[in-house]
Amino acid sequence: MTKSITTDELAKRVVNREETLILDVRNTDEFDDWKIEGDSVEIINEPYFNLLDGVDAIADNVNKDQEIIVVCAKGGSSKMVRDLLEEEGFTHAYDLEGGMKAWSEHLEPVKIADLNDGGSLYQFVRLGKGCLSYMVVSDKKAAVVDANRMTGIYERFAEEKGVSIEHTIDTHLHADHISGGRQLAENTGGTYHLPDKDAEEVTFDYASLEEGTDITVGNTTIQVQPIYSPGHTIGSTSLMIDNKYLLTGDILFVKSIGRPDLAGKAEDWVGDLRETLYSRYKELSDDLIVLPAHYSFVDELGNDGSVKARLGDLYQRNSGLQVEDAQDFRKMVTENLPPQPNEHDNIRQTNMGKMNPEAEKQREMEIGPNRCAVHG
Amino acid sequence: MMEAVKVLDAKGMACPMPVVKTKKAIEEIESGEILEVHATDKGAKSDLTAWTNSGGHELVDQTEENDVLKFWIKKS
Repeated sequence: MTKSITTDELAKRVVNREETLILDVRNTDEFDDWKIEGDSVEIINEPYFNLLDGVDAIADNVNKDQEIIVVCAKGGSSKMVRDLLEEEGFTHAYDLEGGMKAWSEHLEPVKIADLNDGGSLYQFVRLGKGCLSYMVVSDKKAAVVDANRMTGIYERFAEEKGVSIEHTIDTHLHADHISGGRQLAENTGGTYHLPDKDAEEVTFDYASLEEGTDITVGNTTIQVQPIYSPGHTIGSTSLMIDNKYLLTGDILFVKSIGRPDLAGKAEDWVGDLRETLYSRYKELSDDLIVLPAHYSFVDELGNDGSVKARLGDLYQRNSGLQVEDAQDFRKMVTENLPPQPNEHDNIRQTNMGKMNPEAEKQREMEIGPNRCAVHG
Repeated sequence: MMEAVKVLDAKGMACPMPVVKTKKAIEEIESGEILEVHATDKGAKSDLTAWTNSGGHELVDQTEENDVLKFWIKKS
């Protein structure tokens, strides 16, 4: 019997809301910063080095015939603790292969909709980090929006669907994760699109993502219409698909709004953010389905594991959209912000092509939560 | 700096071995004596610090040179 489980198996359980008990054996600072979350997940933290002389601390609280999944940073300590638990008579102890590092890289694809003219729209949920990316598929062609660094996942998915990736699009210059957009376009011979205003310092060629310049996917009429929506970054651009799906990037989330400070320009961009959220988006149809580039809380996941909401509903219940007074709004998005994402400046430099860290360094730079939102 | 009575070479070892070996090594020295640990696993930095605190020992000093992490731990 195998005594390890993969991130793929664990992701399915989280999405399907199966009862899961996790023992996280990383040290408590790391655990408090970032951990596996899910509606059906119960998690306890006990650093592995406290269990070397015995697992009593666990045995006192968990039945030995209960299933328990041990998780650590990279997958080494969790195997050791799983063995220790087995020696103490635990019959259903498992370890998570690759630990939190692998969990951070897992993408779970969820179908959002069938599009007009036979295409489909998929959302890729990065459970370990709260990042959302998208693939528009139509007539053997595909476009990927806000691709993560793990480009192989999109390539394999495209291969399974029998489509070729012709466009990769970043709604903005990301600060919380390393974009896979440029690499994916290189691998597939596609075109990488980025808003000009976020690309002033980039060291590579790209196509401008500009309002009014549609991007056609396949031979059909699925079009991606960029809508300039500054605030999180000066160049942030939203995309509209099928006149029904609004990809908001890091401007508007389901339970929160984008933060304007990750490039050190909160004061400059707060006005843009307000204009986008309180005017530009408000002029759009209430029936649009908002598809953001992030989520913060696991309860934002719907029953099918996707993250989405009707724009009109967000104007009713997203606390970031209920602040009438402009000064109060300014205060909310510039003061008492959560800590900035780990390595956000180096991640921006990497996404501009100014830094080229090795693959292993890139993985390390991304460890931790995304923290791109302001919660009102 | 006080002289270490023992040097543990944990270079090239992956988590959890640096902490496991450190724990064994510290059992072999006397209270008040200092153990010097060399490691290359980046996780050792936070883990050895946390382990030292949880065991009541004292992290007297730590350095990082050419990707080698060095720790001096005084046994409680």
